[in-house]
Amino acid sequence: MKRARFLLLFWLLAAPAAPMLVSDVVHAAPVADTFPDPAMEARARNLQRQLRCLVCQGESIDESGAFLAADLRHLVRQQLAAGRSDRQIKDFLVARYGDFILMEPPLKPYTWLLWLAPFLVLGIAGGVAALTIRRARSRAMAGVEQMTDL
Amino acid sequence: MTGELGQLALCFALGLSLVMAAAGLAGSRADKTNNGAATARAIANGSAMGLLVFVALAFGCLVTAFVTSDFSVADVANNSHTLKPLIYKITGVWGNHEGSMLLWVLVLSLYAGAVAAMQRGGERLTSAALGIQGLLAAAFLAFILFTSNPFLRLDPAPFEGAGLNPLLQDPGLAVHPPMLYAGYVGLSASFSYAAAALLVGEAGWARAARPFMLIAWIALTCGIALGSWWAYYELGWGGFWFWDPVENASLMPWLIATALLHSALATEKSGAFSTWTLLLAIAGFSMSLIGTFLVRSGVLSSVHAFASDPTRGFFIMVLIAGAIGGALALFAWRAPTLQGGAAFDTVSRETTLLLNNVFLVAACACVFVGTLYPLALDALTGTKISVGPPYYALTFAPIFFALLLLVPLGPRLSWRRADWRTALRPLYPALGLAGLAAIVVLALASPRTLAGTAAFAVAGWLIGASLVEARQRRGAQAAAFAAVLAHAGLGVTLMGVAGTTLWRSEALDVMGPGDIMHVGPYTLRFDGVTAVDGPNYQAQRAHVALIDGGRAVAMMEPEKRVYPAEGQDVSDTAIRTTILRDLYLALGDDRGGGRFVLRAYVSPLAPLIWLGALVMALGGALSLWGRLMVRAPAPAAQALPAE
Repeated sequence: MKRARFLLLFWLLAAPAAPMLVSDVVHAAPVADTFPDPAMEARARNLQRQLRCLVCQGESIDESGAFLAADLRHLVRQQLAAGRSDRQIKDFLVARYGDFILMEPPLKPYTWLLWLAPFLVLGIAGGVAALTIRRARSRAMAGVEQMTDL
Repeated sequence: MTGELGQLALCFALGLSLVMAAAGLAGSRADKTNNGAATARAIANGSAMGLLVFVALAFGCLVTAFVTSDFSVADVANNSHTLKPLIYKITGVWGNHEGSMLLWVLVLSLYAGAVAAMQRGGERLTSAALGIQGLLAAAFLAFILFTSNPFLRLDPAPFEGAGLNPLLQDPGLAVHPPMLYAGYVGLSASFSYAAAALLVGEAGWARAARPFMLIAWIALTCGIALGSWWAYYELGWGGFWFWDPVENASLMPWLIATALLHSALATEKSGAFSTWTLLLAIAGFSMSLIGTFLVRSGVLSSVHAFASDPTRGFFIMVLIAGAIGGALALFAWRAPTLQGGAAFDTVSRETTLLLNNVFLVAACACVFVGTLYPLALDALTGTKISVGPPYYALTFAPIFFALLLLVPLGPRLSWRRADWRTALRPLYPALGLAGLAAIVVLALASPRTLAGTAAFAVAGWLIGASLVEARQRRGAQAAAFAAVLAHAGLGVTLMGVAGTTLWRSEALDVMGPGDIMHVGPYTLRFDGVTAVDGPNYQAQRAHVALIDGGRAVAMMEPEKRVYPAEGQDVSDTAIRTTILRDLYLALGDDRGGGRFVLRAYVSPLAPLIWLGALVMALGGALSLWGRLMVRAPAPAAQALPAE
């Protein structure tokens, strides 16, 4: 459901980026689906999980069945095979596709609110709760005094 | 004919919903001589039943059009196909925008009918609630008739329909949307009761609305679990939750509904948090509306897609603004007049319920911001960002984890004032079970992770506390075990989530006949692929033998299906479960020469995710049973402990 519909839509949107991508894939040497070295394979999988499939809805390239995701997986593995670091590969992809490709939004001025909001709400709700408890407690105390007065 | 009949029924329904709104609101006034309030109430009750009849009739017409493949109805032509099995012709009714909105209104009408039939909380409160429910029904019926009419005709009618997305042709997805809608729209009943309470000034609304809150919560719990299970076995990647906006749209109402269930307990008991509970009831249905907007307006696929055809999105936006804005304005106007201010001590059941609400609201804020922030940022600045699982792991997870730590305390503490030493002493065995769970996980699991150890310790704590509680409540009414079950279910789900997320092993390889693959403790032999014809698809079925001691002990047959009508292919996974562990196979691309990509996953404890949700829902069902069957003034669940 997700894939097919968004594949079409997003290829249209991603069209400007696509030619670069395709040319890369065509000229590069083919890389196997998996690295024989388990440590290297784990690195690749870990990296794939942190990168978003640009044409899907909320899926990483690790789990997406879209063609673009397969191409991106291929690209990641080529770069890993070429000895680039995780950081370098991510920077390369961000330079090409923007922050959109990162599953974890970067901490930048325009995402401060995104990262802070849950804890702001937690703080505010906690504050209101503390206030409510204090009031209820003083009422309970007053109630007890009245009882003892009688 | 059926198309026109359905159209006519919808028009009648719209008229009746307006009558119901006007009569319901008029009937909510206090009785005076000759003001006709009693007559208005009778009209409101009657129109609620009439509304249900006409919406059901319209829905029946659409089902008939789908079953008979009447392609002169555009909705059928766009979403059905003669070769589809009967069950998917029927479920295809809600597998598209127009039909699913009609299902939405059908569920809304069912709840309106139930409110009218049960008359909980007195005549005036019921009448006002019906009035609000009528307004909601009118708004959604107008939305259907003016922007999403399922009965529009095509002339000439095509010979064949376009088919239904193959991913939706699945038994899980047949039940999932109606279940989720029962939850989403069920929150409209507590919304209507809350607004009615504000209008009429009736304090007993929380008790009146309780069964509806419970039904909505149970349905949401089951609906979310079903959706997650479907994603697990259908999408072919072994994941169970993707933090996809559509999933988030169902999680937000669940979080608020859970907070509402707890807060309303205190309101019922002692009138505590009465304004807060009203606000939660409004917020719960608001989340449902926002979820509907997200899913139905097209805003998710792209902000630009929404802008290019804004009619529907704009209509829903106005509808939401009206419903939420109206309710909040009513709240701001009337809430200050309500009696508030309960008295309780710092250590008390009330405090734990407040903390429950603090964490649930923060967790909901997390999902809300994570879902809407990227949309807002894109719309306002054109900057695109993704908010994926890592964000929720750093925000939602710690907040929810803190909540889980506190869960066992609530049921132990008595109302108003508790002595925490005597109340919590019986929980020592639960602490023991938590420690034991942590030790077992450290001994058995590889790799050892802090998150996994903590998750199992907390699961042990939750389940242990529920066992303690169950033992103490022996012989009590069934409803007394509602919270016990629901809280234990949380622990069960937590184990499944931790097991699957942290200790899943996987293998991916190109396999030819006779090739061997190892995944986790299993050895698999690929025995080739055969072609199989389904009713409306062609499949490649792989035969994979599970090898133990050199012998094939079981065959697993994952498929890759091609649906020619829809031009899509879908993987049909093969799952072998022992409850403690799933072996999961998905067939991938054909690499030529009888060689195929095969993916295999071993997910420890995966079934517990959904089993836990089922246990939670059962807890909710026990409470509902107690409310509907035992007409005792105070359910036993609240009478304990030591009061």
